[in-house]
Formats: sequence, C-alpha cells, structure tokens
Amino acid sequence: MKNGGALLSVENVSKAFGGVVANNKISVNVPEGRIIGLIGPNGSGKTTLFNSIVGYHPIDAGSISFEGTEISALRVNDIARRGLLRTFQQTRVYGKMTCVQNMQISVPNAHESFATMFTKYPDEVMDKAEHLLEFVGLYSKRRLRAGDLSFGQQKLLEFAMALMNEPKLLLLDEPTAGINPTLINGLIERLKRANADLGITLFVIEHNMRVIMNLAEHIYCLAHGELLAEGRPDDIQNDQRVINAYLGAH
Amino acid sequence: MSARQKTDGRKLTLYAAIAGLSIAAPFIMPNFYIQLSYLWLMVLFALTWDVVGGQMGYNSFGNIVFFGLGMYVTAVTQRDLYYTINEYATVAGRVDALTPRQYLTGLSLGLGMSAVAGVLLALILGVLVLRLRGHYFAISTLGIGFAAGDIAGGIDYIGAGSGLVTPVFPSGLGERGLFYYFLFLILAVAAFLTFKWIYSTRFGLAINAIRDDEDKAEAMGINTTRYKVLAWTVAAFFLALAGGATGNLIGFIDPVDTAFAGATFGVWMILMAILGGKGTIWGPVIGAVIFQITQELFWTFLLGWQRVALGALIIAIVVFFPQGIMGFVRHNWPELLGHRIEAREEEEAA
Repeated sequence: MKNGGALLSVENVSKAFGGVVANNKISVNVPEGRIIGLIGPNGSGKTTLFNSIVGYHPIDAGSISFEGTEISALRVNDIARRGLLRTFQQTRVYGKMTCVQNMQISVPNAHESFATMFTKYPDEVMDKAEHLLEFVGLYSKRRLRAGDLSFGQQKLLEFAMALMNEPKLLLLDEPTAGINPTLINGLIERLKRANADLGITLFVIEHNMRVIMNLAEHIYCLAHGELLAEGRPDDIQNDQRVINAYLGAH
Repeated sequence: MSARQKTDGRKLTLYAAIAGLSIAAPFIMPNFYIQLSYLWLMVLFALTWDVVGGQMGYNSFGNIVFFGLGMYVTAVTQRDLYYTINEYATVAGRVDALTPRQYLTGLSLGLGMSAVAGVLLALILGVLVLRLRGHYFAISTLGIGFAAGDIAGGIDYIGAGSGLVTPVFPSGLGERGLFYYFLFLILAVAAFLTFKWIYSTRFGLAINAIRDDEDKAEAMGINTTRYKVLAWTVAAFFLALAGGATGNLIGFIDPVDTAFAGATFGVWMILMAILGGKGTIWGPVIGAVIFQITQELFWTFLLGWQRVALGALIIAIVVFFPQGIMGFVRHNWPELLGHRIEAREEEEAA
C-alpha cells in the first residue's frame, strides 16, 4: 500500500463553486485505526472536503485514495460499499420507518446481489440492530418512527446506522451538534469505543473544541478553504494562526 | 390462545371471506361480469401504481404506457399468429375466426409477450427517467404517457387512429364474462401476493428508504438505481398483463381512449392509491374497490352528472383523506390495525 499505511489519503484536492474556492490544495492523511479531527471556522470548507471524499461531487484537481485505490472518480454508493461512510451535519434518517427498520436497511451492501434483494433479514441482523440501538441508548425507542425522535436522538440513530454498516472509515460531520450537553460525554465515550472495540477509523468535523481536543489524536485546521495548520491537539490549541482564524483575524 | 394466534385467526377468516366472495360474486351477480372484472383491473392499477408512487415516493403519471403496450402486444400476437393483416380484416368480427384452441394459444402467448415487452420497456425507460427526481420525474412520465398515445395512433401495423379489433371469443370456451372475470381475479391476486411478499423483504425496506431520503440511501451504499428500476419493472410486468387482458375484455383497442388512456385509467390509478392510503398493501385494494363501486353508482343513479360527481369525489378524497383511508384509520384507531409488532417482542410480552 502506498502512502505509508494511510487508510485515506487526500492529496492537493481543490474544489471551487463558480468563483468561490471552497477547497484549495488540501492534503490530509488518515491512518488506519486512528481518530483524526477536522476543525475550522464556519465556511472554511470542511463539509466540502467531506463531500469530495465521499464522491458527492467531482473534484477539480488532486487525488483521493482509500486503501491505496483512487476513489475520486467513483460514485457515492460505490465508495460507501468499499467501507467509507459519512454522517450528515443536518441529520438524515428514514423518517417514516421505525428505528429497527432504519438499522436493518443499513446492513453492509458490499455483497448485495440480485438474489439477496428479495430475501428477508436473518436473525443475526435483528440481534445486531438491537445491540447497537442499546449501545447508543435508543433501545426503548426502537419501535418508534425515526421521524418522531428528537434531533439529538436522530443523531444517535444515524451514528448507530453507520456502525451497522461496518465501515472501515467513518466521516462524522459535527456528531455532537444539537445534542444535550449532558449526553455529549456519553457520546465521546461511544465514539472512542467504536474506534477501539470495533476498529473503525474516525475522521471527525467538530466545532466543540472541548470534544475534539478530548477525542482526536491529530487535528487538521482549515480556514478560507486552505489548510492552516495540523498537529497534536495541544499544539493546535496553542497555535497563534488557529486562534486568529477563530477570532476572525485571518 | 395468545393475542398473536387470535390476530392470525382473524386474518385467516378475513382472507377466506374475501376469497369466497370473490369466487361467488360472478355467480351471484351474473349480469355484472364486466363491472366485476373492472373491479379487479382497478385493484391491479392501484397496486402497481403504489409500488413506485407510494412505497418508493416517485409519483409516476406514465404507468399507463405499460398497460397500453401490453394491450397492443397481446392483440397483435393473437392476430399475427393465424392471419395476415388483410385476411384478419375480413374475419375480425366472426365468432369462428379462431378455434378455441387457437384462441387460448394466441391469448396465452400474447400475454407472455406483453409481460416481456412491459419489462423491457420499464428497464429502458427506468434507466433514462428514474435519474430524475420529484417534480421532474412526474412531468417526464406525464410526457411519456401522452407521447405513447400519439405514437400508437400513427402506426398502421397496429391499426393507427382507427384502432384494432381483438379476436371474438369462440363459442366452445363457455361463458366469456366468466372466463375474463377469473383471469382478472387471478392477475389481481397474483399481484397482491407478489407485492405483499416483496414488501416484506430487503427490497421493501430499500424502496421505503429511497422514499424517505434517497441521498442518505446512496450515502449508505444502497444501489438505488437498481432498486428503482426494478420496482418500476415489477409494476410494468403486471400492468402489461392487465393491458393484454383488458384489450380482449373490451374487444376493441383505441390508442388514446383504451390503450394509453392517461386521462381516465392513468389518473384513476393514482386517485385510488391515494384514497386507500399510499405506501400500504391494503390501501390500494380498498381504494380501488370503493372507487369502482362509487363510480358504478354514479353512472347508474347520476347519469349526466357522473363526471361532476366523480370530480367532487376526487376533491373530497384530497381534502378529507390526504393520508388515505388506511392513514386515517391508523391515525384515529391504531389498535384496529394492530401496532406493527414483530414476533420477538410478543414473545417477550408472553
């Protein structure tokens, strides 16, 4: 594998919308098994970078490789089937389906074939769905429609759905936004457990500094579409350029 | 007896009652063969519309193309199997034009060809049109429906604008009305069981997921295009068969009024599904039955005003039952439908 064992390697990726350059020559490395953070002020291009990685739109320049394979020309569902999954900033669940159904339909689709489309889910899927709903604390809500859950609960459901899919790499777009502050510690704990116990590499966008400093081992900071700084949480926290960017001096 | 056995028993009684009534109906009301056959046709319309329009959330106004195509393919197969076009013109209205054996061969072969043609057309159209979403999809299917009627009206091989006569039912095959009543009954039951089954598999959840949030479904790795095209294909399969049978039931195919009848059948199939409740298995069936009975009553008792009454009914449906009858019942008396509980929770409770 090239890039020295990086699970995801983003090299000099640029993306512009008309005249607005959202990402300018961004390079990011996400090594296997780690938790990497991505921070930056509003409009700095974090979500654009996520969208580029998962194939939501074509990139203008650069390369994105996952497990050593170039994925920048692949379509969204092809990339997802390879084990690279993302959650959304504005939570997305299947509102008219129950939580359990949301979980069932989230099983990995890598080996989906014409024949399996018309089969029912085996009992193991149900066991796993209930286990993961318990893991995120939604077991008692499992028969409710996903659309009837609160925003924070939907966020937890979306996280559980992502785990159900058994991704190798999970991109989380602001996992704690809109979640009750008292639940945030529990969520950090769960993210760490997903990483340690389930072996899922995490790449996390987060605005809550306390969360990201607690969670990530390495942090990238974007500002105005450019990579401003990278390093260990402590270094980033004390980096004058990062502080200026957040205070609006950049 | 547990609660589950009780509901199972009740369900069994219900199914048996429906089956008994369906089989007995043409013998009880022998003067209403055609209307009763139409009842099952309406059920087929509503069920096939609902798989894409209700369960998958793609409002199609063009499903009628598969119906019309099936109607023509069956009729042309029946004709070309035994006659040239010119010969057929001279014998078309005669009872002895086809022997019973020839008639059955032509009809079954024709229906088979219709099914194949419907499936192929759905695959081709699906790949092209199902890339569009929301209103764009709806409008493009509306265009397809209109275009089909005009195209069919310009092809001499299928009778062009003056239409096509289907072979007369031979005298040796018994009662014509009874024959077609049971053909439609079998088709409707087959469609119902097929949909009931596929909605209980991965496929059902996948098209529901596409309805609720297609972007999310893609982001989770679901091959949405494959599911969407397949859903339309299943609908096209049954619609094409229904079309082939309907051409023979009516006896004459007009390109715009019977085959590609977007203004009547094409609109009704949507209304019936909405009336009964989109995205449910029983909703389209209930909607179709109520619609067909109401429509017959309007024709009988409000002649001259039947279209006005139908228009009023449509408005009433949209205003008072936006979620359909099933949606209304679920909202007001959820216990009637039984909360959707899967087996293992009941075991827990027991």
